[in-house]
Amino acid sequence: MSAAFSSVRAVCHPGSFAGEKRGPPATAASGKFASGFLGSSGKVWFGALPAYVRAAPSARRRGSFSVVAVSDVVKEKKPKRSSSPPDLLVTKEEGLELYEDMVLGRTFEDMCAQMYYRGKMFGFVHLYNGQEAVSTGFIKLLKQEDCVVSTYRDHVHALSKGVSSRAVMSELFGKTTGCCRGQGGSMHMFSKEHNLLGGFAFIGEGIPIATGAAFTSKYRREVLKEADCDHVTVAFFGDGTCNNGQFYECLNMAALWKLPIVFVVENNLWAIGMSHLRATSDPQIWKKGPAFGMPGVHVDGMDVLKVREVAKEAIGRARRGEGPTLVECETYRFRGHSLADPDELRDPAEKAHYAARDPIVALKKYIRENNLASEAELKAIDKKIDEVIEDAVEFADASPPPSRSQLLENVFADPKGFGIGPDGRYRCEDPKFTEGTAHV
Amino acid sequence: MMRFQGYTTAAKEMTVREALNSVLDEEMSADPRVFLMGEEVGEYQGAYKVSKGLLQKFGPERVVDTPITEAGFTGIGVGAAYYGLRPVVEFMTFNFAMQAIDHIINSAAKTNYMSAGNISVPIVFRGPNGAAAGVGAQHSHCYAAWYGSCPGLKVLVPYSSEDARGLLKAAIRDPDPVVFLENELMYGERFPVSAEALDSSFCLPIGKAKIEREGKDVTITAFSKMVGLSLEAAEILAKEGISAEVINLRSIRPLDRSTINASVRKTNRLVTVEEGFPQHGVGAEIGMSIVEDSFGYLDAPIERITGADVPMPYAANLERMALPQIEDIVRAAKRVCYRSVPMAATA
Repeated sequence: MSAAFSSVRAVCHPGSFAGEKRGPPATAASGKFASGFLGSSGKVWFGALPAYVRAAPSARRRGSFSVVAVSDVVKEKKPKRSSSPPDLLVTKEEGLELYEDMVLGRTFEDMCAQMYYRGKMFGFVHLYNGQEAVSTGFIKLLKQEDCVVSTYRDHVHALSKGVSSRAVMSELFGKTTGCCRGQGGSMHMFSKEHNLLGGFAFIGEGIPIATGAAFTSKYRREVLKEADCDHVTVAFFGDGTCNNGQFYECLNMAALWKLPIVFVVENNLWAIGMSHLRATSDPQIWKKGPAFGMPGVHVDGMDVLKVREVAKEAIGRARRGEGPTLVECETYRFRGHSLADPDELRDPAEKAHYAARDPIVALKKYIRENNLASEAELKAIDKKIDEVIEDAVEFADASPPPSRSQLLENVFADPKGFGIGPDGRYRCEDPKFTEGTAHV
Repeated sequence: MMRFQGYTTAAKEMTVREALNSVLDEEMSADPRVFLMGEEVGEYQGAYKVSKGLLQKFGPERVVDTPITEAGFTGIGVGAAYYGLRPVVEFMTFNFAMQAIDHIINSAAKTNYMSAGNISVPIVFRGPNGAAAGVGAQHSHCYAAWYGSCPGLKVLVPYSSEDARGLLKAAIRDPDPVVFLENELMYGERFPVSAEALDSSFCLPIGKAKIEREGKDVTITAFSKMVGLSLEAAEILAKEGISAEVINLRSIRPLDRSTINASVRKTNRLVTVEEGFPQHGVGAEIGMSIVEDSFGYLDAPIERITGADVPMPYAANLERMALPQIEDIVRAAKRVCYRSVPMAATA
C-alpha cells in the first residue's frame, strides 16, 4: 500500500491543473532562497516521484514517502480550464466559508494592531497576517470534537476553531468576559467547548500536548471502547520549533504508537530575527517525517485550496487510524514576529514577493475566475466581518475588568485544595471537614 | 477513626512499595481512564518494581513503556489529561523530571488558572525524590522546595505505607496536578497498616499533616524519610527528659500551617528537618510561617536541619556528613531547649 495519498489523486483531475511545469516557478527566485524547494513546484505527482522527494527507504509499508504540492490552482496563468466546466476544488458554499474565515482572521489581526497601538492591548501580541491559509485550510475540515493545539500566535486558530471574536478580543483586552476570563492573555487561548487546547508561550510545548490529546483519542477508542471516537488532533507550530528536541520526541512517539495527529509546520522562514536557513542544518522540514516513519508533505501555505487538499488527506489518514503526518506549509507573516518587533532583518524584496501571494487575494481571484460568487457577495462578506470585529471591540471595551477576588480563583479545579475524599466528593464541601489540627 | 499508627489493631504489614503497587492496581481497576506511563514501568515491572504485575493485569495500552524522552512523554501525559484521561506519569527519579519540568510547571500547574477553569489537569507525577545511597550528585537532589513554591501544584510526600496508600489515592482522584515525591530508600520499609487503610476507598486529605508522636517540649517537623529519623531522635530525647512532638508534614503544598502553628504554640520551640538544600528550603518556609503567625509564642530561635549546601558527594563518609543524621536532630532539639536559659540570664 504505497499510496497513502492516493485519494488526493482521485480528487485532482488532470484537466484542472497546470501541466508540465518543472522545477521552481519563477516567482520563487530570490537571492536568499535560491534552492528551489521553497515555493510551490506547481506540479501534481501522479506516480513516480522525482528522486529528491522520495523518502528515505523505510521498512514500513505505509506512509513513508513524501508528496510535494498537490494542486496548482492559483499559480496557473494560462486559462487551461476554460474549455469545459472544470472539477473545482470547492463548492460555492465551501469557497465562501473559506473566504469568510480568512477575512475574519485578517481583519481581526489588523484590529489587534490598532488596539495595541492605542494601548488597549498590552504585553506580547503575535499576529498571524499572511498565514491565514494554513489555519483556515486545516481547521475548517475539523469537527468540534477534534483538537487544535497552537503556539503564541494563536488568535486566528482560536477564531477558525469557533471561539467567538468577542471572547478573543475581550481576552486580549484583559477583561473578565474573555475566553479565559482575562487570566490567559494573547498567548494562552484555551477553550474546552471548542477543544482548543492552548495557546503556549514556549515553542515546542504544544507538540507533546497535542500528541497527548491524540493518545487520548486512541485510548478512548481502544481501551474505553468508544468505537466511534475518531477524533483527530492538529498541532500548529513554526520552523524554529523544528529544531527543538520535543518535536523529534513526539514525531517518534506519534509514529511508534500510530497516533491520530497531524503535525503542521507553519514555516514562515523566520524565528523572530533568525532565518530558518541560518538555524537549521537541513531546512527541508518535510523530510524529517519519513525519518520517523510517517509521510512528510510540503505544500504552498499561501494557497488555501492546496492546503485544504493536503489537509483532507492528512486528517483522513489520522481518522482512519493510519497514523500521523508531517505537513510543512511554506507561508509568511506579513508583520513582525510580535507587535514589539521592528522587523528590520527581513529583505523588503522577500516581503514584497510574499505580499503578492496574499492568500485572501488568491482565493478571491479563484472564486471570481470560476464564477463561484459575485463581487457583491464577497463585498458583503467583507462588510459583515468588519461589523463583527467592530462589535467585538465595542463589547470588549464595554466589558468589566476582572474583580479583585478573581485573582485567587481557578488555581485548582478542586475549590480549596484539599483533594477528594473517599466518598468521591470534594473534602472542602463536606460540612464536617474543617481546617485546623491534623488527625492524630 | 484509628488512633496513632494502630499498632495494636493492625491488620497486616506492608512495605511502601507494596502499598503504592496496591493503589495503582485498585485505582486502575476502578477507573479505566487511569493509566500509567513512564520508563520501564511495563515489561521491566518498574525500575524500582513499584508497578510490578500491572502490565500483566492491565495490558500495554494502560501500562505504557516510553522511550527515554521525559519532555515528550510528560507533555503527552499532560495533553491526555487536558483531553479527558487521568494519567500517572512515573519518573525514574525526579532528577530526570528536570528535563520535563517545563511541562510540569508551565503546561500542567498553570493551565487551570490560565484557562480560567476551562481546562483542568488531573495528572499525577510520581517517582523517587531525594538521596538514595551512593548515587552521586545528579541522582540525589530533593525537589520538595522547588515544586512546593509553584502555585497550581499539589505536592505530597508520604512516609509510611499508610501515607503512601492514602496520599496516592487522593492524588489519583484529585482533579489537579499532583507531584508525588516518594523515596527510594523507603520503598522496602515495612509498616503496619490498619484495616481502614486497606479499604479501597481509603484516602487521606491533601494539605493536612499528621502528628506522629505527641509531645510538649519541642516541635519537630519532617517529611518522607526524615520522619523516621525524627521519631528515633524523639526516642533518644525522651530518655533525656525532652518530650518532642513529631509532625509528619505529608503535604508540602498546601502546607498545613495551622497544625504546625498550633503545635509550636503548645511547645514554644521548633526544629525543622529536611534532606534538601538549606537555602529557600521547606524549613525556611515553615520558619517564616511561624514568625508570621506565632512569633510571640517562640521561646527560642527556630532551628532548621537540612542537607549540606553542596552537591551530594559520592564517598560514603562524605555522603553521611551531607545528610541529616539522628544525632543532628537530637543536638538541634537540645539547643532549642536550653537556649532560652542564657537569654533570660542576660535580659
